[in-house]
Amino acid sequence: MADGTGGGRISGPRPSPSFRQVGIVASLTPADRRRPPLGRGATPFWFLLPAVLITAGVVLVPVAQTAWLSLQDYLLYDPDNARFVGLGNFAKIIRDEVFWISLGQSFIWIVGVVGLQFLLGLVAALLLNQSFWWRGLARSLVIIPWALPSVIIGLMWTWMYDFNLGVINDIALRLGLIAAPIAWLARPDTALYAIMLALIWQGFPFFAVTILAGLQTVPAELYEAAEIDGATARQQLFYVTLPSIADVIATALLLRTIWVANSLDVILVMTGGGPGYATHTLPLYAFLRASSSMEFGYGAALALILTAMLLGVVFLYVRRAARGIEA
Amino acid sequence: MIERRSYARRMLEVELPVLLIVLFALGPYAWMILTSLKPQVELSAWPLNYWPREATLQHYNDLIARTSFASSLGNSLIIAIGASVLGLGVSIPAAYAFSRFRFRGRQMLLTGFLVINMFPVVLLIIPLFLMMRRLGLIDTFLGVILGHSTFAIPFAIWMLTSYFNAIPKDLDEAATIDGASRLQTIRLIILPLVMPGVATAGIYIFITSWNEYLFAMMLSGQAVRTVTVALQLFIGEFTIQWGLLTAGGTLIALPVTFLFLLVQRRLVGGLTAGAVKS
Repeated sequence: MADGTGGGRISGPRPSPSFRQVGIVASLTPADRRRPPLGRGATPFWFLLPAVLITAGVVLVPVAQTAWLSLQDYLLYDPDNARFVGLGNFAKIIRDEVFWISLGQSFIWIVGVVGLQFLLGLVAALLLNQSFWWRGLARSLVIIPWALPSVIIGLMWTWMYDFNLGVINDIALRLGLIAAPIAWLARPDTALYAIMLALIWQGFPFFAVTILAGLQTVPAELYEAAEIDGATARQQLFYVTLPSIADVIATALLLRTIWVANSLDVILVMTGGGPGYATHTLPLYAFLRASSSMEFGYGAALALILTAMLLGVVFLYVRRAARGIEA
Repeated sequence: MIERRSYARRMLEVELPVLLIVLFALGPYAWMILTSLKPQVELSAWPLNYWPREATLQHYNDLIARTSFASSLGNSLIIAIGASVLGLGVSIPAAYAFSRFRFRGRQMLLTGFLVINMFPVVLLIIPLFLMMRRLGLIDTFLGVILGHSTFAIPFAIWMLTSYFNAIPKDLDEAATIDGASRLQTIRLIILPLVMPGVATAGIYIFITSWNEYLFAMMLSGQAVRTVTVALQLFIGEFTIQWGLLTAGGTLIALPVTFLFLLVQRRLVGGLTAGAVKS
């Protein structure tokens, strides 16, 4: 990485037909060209079968089973006594105070994490789009948090938030921001925000990289024209840059919302949902009901509610992404 | 933008903020590595000294000698390679079909693979556990690998389809006219060209599988415990031994950091188009 270009040596796919191959195509007689186009009539069945089979086995069947489980009072340690309760689990959820707490915190979680990841990523992308001599290096380094496993993220931030020996308390004390060390992850009023910061840290590189890729497609002439028209840097940002990359931003926001809404492992590692219910979010609550309390039926119902709530966002995202499929 | 800023001004407006962002991005990682190199006495000193006075590899020695961490590293390696091989093995033919055939339900199927990647993990993990238990696949390599294929296959199909699409169909036709069968065309013409994409997809599956925690935790036990699960158990077990924990974290993080830097440029293109999961 000494040249500061990161993985720049490896470029995208370069389908480069050799001279001989091109020659063959060029020397075709018109009669040869009238062969049926590739693929018509032939069956793709065997090509698709393994992927479809495995995916059906590990995704579709489980989803169907979740739906079925959600209608039962299914306890993992007592599966023989599972009872069909219809919508009983859902009725119970509506009256479940922890569900409403988790839902509210999920909302804070999604808006806070996605919003700040986006803002920080946008700033980073705008800066990394300027030219300076170590830009390539900076682009490679900024992206690193994104590569790390959630368990490591949980570990490093738990250590930094440590009450006695944490570097965050140390720095805050040295700067005079706090008078005494704070148990960030043990206090109900700070725990959720402390974890959110860890996740913002992990996810802002995604926005930075995505937006940067978008920025590089904005034609330079637009800025030149704006400059001639006397636009200030600020006006250029709001009237040239942002409108040009609005599409990229929208796609990234949708995708990120889905992931952040579903993510629970960093919370699980850092606090396990506590203290009390202070860091419960909806997916975490569903997971805890299933894995700790072994109430698979109730957990499945919670997971279905989460999925239903996200369906709208998924629909908007998939509609955008699927535009790229050639007919 | 036209270059007319003075150097000092650019330093202040661009390079300094970039430096702060880079420090923010790398700070926690660097802190983990520094912690893993400090001897125990320095770790419990307050106020903190940031740079280790006498760097030591003692924690790494302890980790390998006193815990089962080394065998967990081996398990994670097997599972991540297994997930890549299985994912690529079924996704290459599928992506070829999506790129080269036009058939009824093609768009629906391709969209379906995208939607699958958006499903919450909690939705799948509960019944997958029950299914693996019924099949006797709990705590086996195959069980965890199958669990990881829930995200590996949809991702690889989307990524590889776009790579296949980038190869002109003229090449297929030329080969067919030269008398090559479809399989020969794939083996001799298409696959060599699509190899960079296959490598990227494979490495990315490796990274995601290596990093994955929830499936591995639910589907593995003692026998095939992965590094992420092992480390999380250590956090409970050796709460105050941060030297040991951060040494484990560093050993897990370094290989994926390296692999990620290797493929990051080529991932960027597929980001918004496809199903790159973080």
